[in-house]
Amino acid sequence: MRVMAQLAMVMNLDKCIGCHTCSVTCKQAWTNRSGTEYVWFNNVETRPGQGYPRTYQDQDKWKGGWELNRRGRLRLRAGGRLRKLLTIFANPLMPSIQDYYEPWTYDYDRLFSAPQTEDTPVARPRSLISGQDTKITWSANWDDNLAGAPELAPADPVLRKVSDQVRLEFERAFMFYLPRICEHCLNPSCVASCPSGAMYKRAEDGIVLVDQERCRGWRMCVTGCPYKKVYFNHRTGKAEKCTFCYPRVEVGIPTVCSETCVGRLRYIGLVLYDADRVAEAAAVPDERELYEAQRGVLLDPHDPGVIAAARAEGVPDDWLDAARRSPIHKLIFEYGVALPLHPEYRTMPMVWYIPPLSPVVDVLTGTGNDGEDAGNLFGAIDALRIPVGYLAELFTAGDPEPVRAALRRLAAMRSYMRRLNLGQSPDESIATAAGLTGERIEAMHRLLALAPYGERYVIPKAHAEQGALLEEAATGCSLDYEGGPGMGGPFGEASGTPAPVAVENFHALKDRQETGSLVDPADREGRVNLLNWDGKGLPDGLFPRKRKEDS
Amino acid sequence: MNPLDLLLWVVAPYVALTIFVLGHVWRYRYDKFGWTTRSSQLYESRLLRIGSPLFHFGILVVILGHVGGLVIPKAWTEAVGVSEDAYHGMAVVLGTIAGVCTLTGLAILIYRRRTVGPVFSATTRNDKLMYAVLTLVIVLGLAATVAANVIGGGYDYRTTVSPWFRSIFLLRPEPSLMAGAPPLFQLHALSALVLFAIWPFTRLVHMLTAPIGYLTRPYIVYRSRDAAARPTSSGRGGF
Repeated sequence: MRVMAQLAMVMNLDKCIGCHTCSVTCKQAWTNRSGTEYVWFNNVETRPGQGYPRTYQDQDKWKGGWELNRRGRLRLRAGGRLRKLLTIFANPLMPSIQDYYEPWTYDYDRLFSAPQTEDTPVARPRSLISGQDTKITWSANWDDNLAGAPELAPADPVLRKVSDQVRLEFERAFMFYLPRICEHCLNPSCVASCPSGAMYKRAEDGIVLVDQERCRGWRMCVTGCPYKKVYFNHRTGKAEKCTFCYPRVEVGIPTVCSETCVGRLRYIGLVLYDADRVAEAAAVPDERELYEAQRGVLLDPHDPGVIAAARAEGVPDDWLDAARRSPIHKLIFEYGVALPLHPEYRTMPMVWYIPPLSPVVDVLTGTGNDGEDAGNLFGAIDALRIPVGYLAELFTAGDPEPVRAALRRLAAMRSYMRRLNLGQSPDESIATAAGLTGERIEAMHRLLALAPYGERYVIPKAHAEQGALLEEAATGCSLDYEGGPGMGGPFGEASGTPAPVAVENFHALKDRQETGSLVDPADREGRVNLLNWDGKGLPDGLFPRKRKEDS
Repeated sequence: MNPLDLLLWVVAPYVALTIFVLGHVWRYRYDKFGWTTRSSQLYESRLLRIGSPLFHFGILVVILGHVGGLVIPKAWTEAVGVSEDAYHGMAVVLGTIAGVCTLTGLAILIYRRRTVGPVFSATTRNDKLMYAVLTLVIVLGLAATVAANVIGGGYDYRTTVSPWFRSIFLLRPEPSLMAGAPPLFQLHALSALVLFAIWPFTRLVHMLTAPIGYLTRPYIVYRSRDAAARPTSSGRGGF
């Protein structure tokens, strides 16, 4: 047994209102540079829908993730090492910018500089790729809220797996939102696809990162990731991906997407896993058993044997304590409501989802029944095979049982807690019917409904004695921030050493504090910095200052 | 000995080689972040899918051919029973095919670079210079082969150019060997020296980090604290 710690996330889909705050704040913190216009480390998709990039879940087309070869062993779906090297000159399986969208800006200057005419001048859209005038025909959220669903939703690769009858009903029945970040997989196919060995999984916390100095832009990681969460920066020629906001979690504060989530639906915590069993679990022959196999790799942090083995591997005691208090472990095991996204890709994804129950309640209420009555709800989950089938394709490789069980637990929680709210006596039978106890339901309700900050995020700090060894210790030249005197080598903006995040933040903050003017959109150092915002108070510059006469 | 010959066939090669080696060392230390293929596949892949493999596989064969022709002495191949005629026949056929593939690929790539808007706007002056020199080297090389050994009666460069090439590395340069070679071979060699001199400062650096190690390394890469503890002056980039 080789115990390793992994930072993981759970998202409660019942609470997602699709506001895209996570996407916007993430973009603001990480990808508001040229070359990353189309890069969304975090995006929120409407399901059913095609997702971002379009139809990324169709692995027959994109060949992301792993598959089993004839001898039942894992191999990269896009081909092994030799095949990768032979197709390195033109990767046949890489999405083009059109599969994402062509980023654009508007010709705002025209509004000011146009000569006096009869017609009002308009700011025409201009492509950020070619610099030419463009027509906007697609974007990251073109099918948001089922916009254009009659034409677009049928291309949803998940929807295509369920039958026609189910499909039609489903499109009428409900939709929900799926926020996505990098899965920071236990068996990451992007890392395995990288010819340069530039991508790596951090041994301390399992975060998957791209070493910007070793990446050579071979682009195989983009193909390898079945979630299409590694992006190619077309200006620097390097791959970039979600970092799990490592500069934040290293000091114990949650990721930007979690911190700014208005629904408070994200949970961050540690899980312990047995690294020796990952490959074996990912190679389970039956896809439907992958969910259980993935759970089987995770270890019980309360088990003395596990604790001893973890200590032997050098996991610090405060990390073990955090693992015991981890909301992730509770949601996966004690409450059994969190499911992985597409376990059939065999990458052992570590961002888990609590399936949405609300659509079932809505459908039930719509038919005139009491949507929160235990009997009705349990019956509806079983009868409404539509949502269960679709959710199963997302979370359990098509096996409806775990989804049904999770939904039953959520339903039990609603009914049980409603009785308490209405001053009725607790009904233990509701809990028992879902395989829980009343006590456990109340604890689960506290975590899911009240979601106290300190219980939602249990993030152990990186150890100070290791601090000098973590990425942020990069002792680059402090003049090398963007626009600084050290930046801009002879080979254009991408050359030289990248500025350490801390250095760049320091200068961004300093510039903003010293500037008298409002944020100039052309000056990216004048941006509001959310990366080191701890969620308390208002960051300077988020809103314009009140003028004297207003107050 | 003619001072011009000395300059062209002794001084120039050593200057070019020095710039090539030290330039790479310097670039690697200073500019790991800029060391990339700068792929433009995201913008356009239809033309790239034909042009890029054609060029790259072509040039790999060409490089192998050069290693065979320049590094391996004639005496060795004759010792294993390959006659001059057999060797040249093979070299001309293979070399011409590979050269034409390379040139066609390069033509497609340059056409793509000029006509596809986003690709063109991502092209730097540095790239343009590199393309010009690279094209010149390839055209001259192909012309020398075709003129001497396809149209002409045959020229055995393995008695002149190759020993000169080896003499440079053996630190006993023999410029007179090269001084007598046909002008096309001379021009090809000189343009190649220019290419080697600008090489470390162009996107061609990606060739030196061809990911051969991928064939043998384990699939999943972990970086542990111990590995990260190695002292670095530049620091490792994060995201």
